[in-house]
Amino acid sequence: MLKTFKVGGVHPPENKLSADKKIEVLPIPKTVFIPVVQHIGAPSTAVVNKGDVVKTGQIIAKSSGFVSTNIHSSVSGKVKKIDLSPDSSGYPKLGIFIDVEGDHWMEEINRSEELVKEFDLDGPQIVQKIQESGIVGMGGATFPSHVKLVPPKGMKAEILLINGVECEPYLTSDHRLMMEKADEILVGTQLLMKAMNVEKAAIGIENNKPGAIQLLTGKAKHYKGISVVALKDKYPQGGEKQLIKAVTGREVPSGGLPIAVGAVVSNVGTVFAVYEAIQKNKPLFERVVTVTGKEVKNPSNFKVRIGTATSELIEAAGGLPENTGKIISGGPMMGRAIISPDVPVTKGTSGILIIPETEAKRKPYRECIRCSRCVSVCPMGLEPFLLMTLGQKQIFDRAENERIMNCIECGSCSYTCPSYRPILDYIRFGKAKVGAIIRTRKK
Amino acid sequence: MSLTVIYTIATLSVIGTSAAVILYFVAQKFKVYEDPRIDETEKALPGANCGGCGFAGCRAFAEACVKADSLSDLNCPVGGNETMGSVAGILGFEAHKKDPRVAFIRCNGTCNHRPKTSNFDGASTCAIAASVYSGETDCQWGCVSYGDCYYSCKFDAIDIRAGIGVPLILDDKCVACGACVEACPKNLIELRKQFPKIRKVVVACRNEDKGGVARKACSVACIGCGKCEKECKFDAITIANNLAFIDSDKCKLCRKCVPVCPTNAIIEEGFPPRKIVTEEKQECSTT
Repeated sequence: MLKTFKVGGVHPPENKLSADKKIEVLPIPKTVFIPVVQHIGAPSTAVVNKGDVVKTGQIIAKSSGFVSTNIHSSVSGKVKKIDLSPDSSGYPKLGIFIDVEGDHWMEEINRSEELVKEFDLDGPQIVQKIQESGIVGMGGATFPSHVKLVPPKGMKAEILLINGVECEPYLTSDHRLMMEKADEILVGTQLLMKAMNVEKAAIGIENNKPGAIQLLTGKAKHYKGISVVALKDKYPQGGEKQLIKAVTGREVPSGGLPIAVGAVVSNVGTVFAVYEAIQKNKPLFERVVTVTGKEVKNPSNFKVRIGTATSELIEAAGGLPENTGKIISGGPMMGRAIISPDVPVTKGTSGILIIPETEAKRKPYRECIRCSRCVSVCPMGLEPFLLMTLGQKQIFDRAENERIMNCIECGSCSYTCPSYRPILDYIRFGKAKVGAIIRTRKK
Repeated sequence: MSLTVIYTIATLSVIGTSAAVILYFVAQKFKVYEDPRIDETEKALPGANCGGCGFAGCRAFAEACVKADSLSDLNCPVGGNETMGSVAGILGFEAHKKDPRVAFIRCNGTCNHRPKTSNFDGASTCAIAASVYSGETDCQWGCVSYGDCYYSCKFDAIDIRAGIGVPLILDDKCVACGACVEACPKNLIELRKQFPKIRKVVVACRNEDKGGVARKACSVACIGCGKCEKECKFDAITIANNLAFIDSDKCKLCRKCVPVCPTNAIIEEGFPPRKIVTEEKQECSTT
């Protein structure tokens, strides 16, 4: 019996169209737009000016606090301007436009593909290097990694979990990374174990990626303390709390952090970035992005420089199909539709999903029939139908008592609702309001 | 009459009388004195419980009026000067006259001015639409037109104008309670001074983008050029963040700013026509 989390969960059709496609390197674009906010936390401050010549890997925006990161140039060339431009939500965000000239990297970056296993840094040095390299959680949450690696006082991590679950349908970027960079990921895992001073690490992989499980299980034998755990495929297993429950059987207390049960979770993409940052001296300025969709001619996995326009990725995958209804940044369950294909790829973009018109539109919603399907699929054990009504009626104190803040926004409730009710929309609204109320109370 | 009946009546009368006596003394002991003027004041108020005064309802407002030292900071926008006059009469205060106000939606981005560039099919409330993304048009400041203001209005003073893209405030019904001001997630609605015959001269735009960007998104956007500011002799117009704003307390309704506006962002309402204006019929193609 394979391990999995106990409460709720759904299993949408997987549609992993690009699972067998090797990671291709996308040609460097002519111009990039690198937003200064690509993470959760304080915006970084730009340290270049218009007209400056930058090299690939050079810091162009410095972190402005502890919960913030550096941002590095993904290309070499001239800074065209520092201006506002719409991000995926349509609201303009400050960013740096760079016109590409050649591809000159910083000298200290090791560009060879060779595997470097040995390292002699101690824990705090690794954390500092991660902080300098601008690494954030690359599963989509974009939380600065160095913050996670420093546990709050009095708490100690016991186990490091590497998230190779990739439970979102369609997406295959983590899968391909595990297939092609298995050794690098294992070395990266060891680096993180050292950084946090833990003895054990487990890589959780869903059962729909047998190749990756086999490969990593074979290789993990040569690395001390790392094990691979095969998991039953169920969405949202890639959620931090669900993964901890599935692998260790421990339950993160309501409102608590994973560290409360001695666990820290990192995505395989993040681990790979850590490997590159420390062993190759290469800051985070490119990532693997899946471009996929049922009508896309050539679903692929690309290695993309941060700041490349989404349209270039779509073009490389065979162009935008005529009957496109929505372009989604991320997966179909948790991703967000973007307003135009001009928005850039950021550190948190795991995939670009193109949905045909026939599937894109939501159906008109009807009354709740109290079937309680949403209750049975909620992985956090909440009552989504009730939280939706509370959001609709703006009864926020009750919503807080019903633990609205525990919602991980996985969308299982909206997915399963037979009346097509926009449950998650209202829960998000309620969460935003309750969050604001809690913040003002603290002040 | 049988003895049982007499006993029953007697017992009940004794219990009843003693309970009445106890209750009388308890009521005396725990009596809460309430100013009779509160009831009187409450009767003079409109009784809409709209919250426009800033209190939980008319009763709470009446209590506040009775407790207050003067009525200068208290105002019932629904009843206006007439109601506040009678409240002042009841409480023996001096009446403070306040300019009546009227709500105005500072966006004229109807669909023939501001074309749609994307479609939103989530939950149809403005609050959610605005939190998810910038809106169906390229203007991130303007009306998202799902009618949160319409649903917040307790006086039927907002016409949602389905399909046109921006709701309309019916000036004769608006009491300036401010419910719609709070409901609008884009902060479009302003309570402006109400002039005779509900005349107004307003910048119907909230777009703080640079001129070019604003104009591209909407043909009647304010581009912050500053022509109106120069034209105004009463210092009523200020330009901030690429956006003009007419202070209704300083405006004298001279209407000189209206013709100089290059984008027709300033609108006048309630005046006799200057010249023959052909009415454009506004209709939206539903996508």
